Amino acid sequence: MRPVWKENPSPAYQAVKALILGGFALVIVVPILVVVSTSLASDQDIIDAGGYVLWPSHPTLKAYETLFSGGLMGRAIMVSVFVTVVGTAIALAVTIALAYATSRPVLFGRPVLLMVLFTLLFAPGIIPMFLVVKQLGLLDSLWSLILPGALGAFNFVVLRTFFMNVPGELLESARIDGASDFTILRQIIMPLSKAVIAVVGLFYAVGFWNAFFNALLYLNDTSKWPVQVILRTYVLQGKSLSADQLGVEPLPQPQSLQMAVVVVALVPIALVYPFLQRHFTKGVITGAVKG
Amino acid sequence: MLKPNSSKRQAAKGLPLKAKWRRDWQMVLLMIPGVLFLLVFFYLPVLGNVVAFQDFQPYLGIMHSEWNGLQNFVNLYDNPDFWDALRNTLLLAGVQLLLFFPVPIGLALIVDSLVSNRIRRWFQTIAYLPHFLSWVLVVTLFQQSLGGAGFVNNLLRQAGLDPIPFMTNPDTFPLLVVAQLIWKDAGWAMIIFLAALTTVDVSLYEAAAADGAGRWRRMWHITLPSLRTVIVLLLILRIGDILSVGFEQFILQRDSVGPGAAEVLDTFTYYAGVVGGDWSSGAAAGLAKGVVGALLLWGANSLAHRLGEPGIFQRRS
Repeated sequence: MRPVWKENPSPAYQAVKALILGGFALVIVVPILVVVSTSLASDQDIIDAGGYVLWPSHPTLKAYETLFSGGLMGRAIMVSVFVTVVGTAIALAVTIALAYATSRPVLFGRPVLLMVLFTLLFAPGIIPMFLVVKQLGLLDSLWSLILPGALGAFNFVVLRTFFMNVPGELLESARIDGASDFTILRQIIMPLSKAVIAVVGLFYAVGFWNAFFNALLYLNDTSKWPVQVILRTYVLQGKSLSADQLGVEPLPQPQSLQMAVVVVALVPIALVYPFLQRHFTKGVITGAVKG
Repeated sequence: MLKPNSSKRQAAKGLPLKAKWRRDWQMVLLMIPGVLFLLVFFYLPVLGNVVAFQDFQPYLGIMHSEWNGLQNFVNLYDNPDFWDALRNTLLLAGVQLLLFFPVPIGLALIVDSLVSNRIRRWFQTIAYLPHFLSWVLVVTLFQQSLGGAGFVNNLLRQAGLDPIPFMTNPDTFPLLVVAQLIWKDAGWAMIIFLAALTTVDVSLYEAAAADGAGRWRRMWHITLPSLRTVIVLLLILRIGDILSVGFEQFILQRDSVGPGAAEVLDTFTYYAGVVGGDWSSGAAAGLAKGVVGALLLWGANSLAHRLGEPGIFQRRS
């Protein structure tokens, strides 16, 4: 519905707006489209087009079959999925518990809250972080990708702000009925905040899926590399994936293989994204404005 | 809005510790995992910064390495590479502030002026997406598009033109970096301005329109002033973060552009410390950066208070 004062834009304005917004959207969509198309293109398509394909005329899944057939990339996908699933579960559990406990006036609530908020102000630095991870014996272990990321201050603030707005009377009546704090958290707070938890979960999951630098820093063992490091090594730096590493022969066009690696890094996000998109604004605003 | 605090907990302020414990022990239990994580992965590393004041030897460890006072900071001061990294950091931060910061505001203003909700939703869906892609992916997409063998240069070659080295030219590197940042995050950064715009009182627009203010005057006198608080807030955050221009983005492109243009404080820390084995210098650079960043944030915030803006930490009266 249009407010009365919003007059219909003149064609000139409409054209300028369409140009800016359309251009911005195209610049985002086209590279992604080219990458996806090239990964699906047949060898002949790629040779005909001279490298990149805008729309494959003979789509094939050969590049993906090769990647998923095992070896290096298969392992990397397993690693990334493990880190993302386990990491998100742990991070959500830790953050929800801490956010709920500090959302009410309780013993030690205030100092713990300040403890979290201080982390927003100051970063400990790469070197001391590395030394701690090393001291804990986590080098070359997948836990080095999971544990340091298990509590994000921003996500904590989003959840806490939401929990604080759950009416106290609701919790009070549950308490009178004999519910413990654990029960209240599980049976009242969490069902009420499903949408926010989903968004925070997505933020965590994206963080774990995208983790690149931690992997570079803490993992020497190539067999533990997540997808992002593979992407950097074999696509960005252009080292070629050999048949030996993939465990198959003959290989499809290197171009489509590389683009398939890109798509593997991209797809999980593209899949979850549409379902959570409508909750974004709410989640981000609770975190950013009130925090 | 309903009062958030449970009445029982509110009323029981003056309870003795023992009674509070009996009431709250479950809550305290819920805090423990989070507090442990903070202690181990934040506060312990913060303390670990003492290696910046040591001649740290990994085989001796923190306990047995020798103290050398401020020597590492003196070494940094004498190290031209450190100054290059600092100069690059400030240059890149300046370019980002100048070229990136206005883009989301402009996008939000255009999107807000759209009449069709369908177009608005479509654009938002597309514009938010790149925020969720990793830097590796973003840099890869740029390389595949603009790199020497990328499809733009492919098209140029097919048209008989010379290819343009977008991805490897150190002189234009700051522009490339900002373009990547805009591609990845401008749409996402727009959210917060859009949200601020929805809170504007519509009757202001109606009154202004009735008084004969056209679209530009309404934008200047109503829309932009109502964004002021958010703009100041984000500027403060940006200033506090000015020494972190983005780590992964630079480490990924340092090889192709060269350290002369792509070495920033974070990559300097990494290459000096972890790669070069000079742990103490790396830690000193990292610590200097962290402290200066925190001071900048605090300074910018108190400046905002003085200008009558709420800033990030609300002062409690």
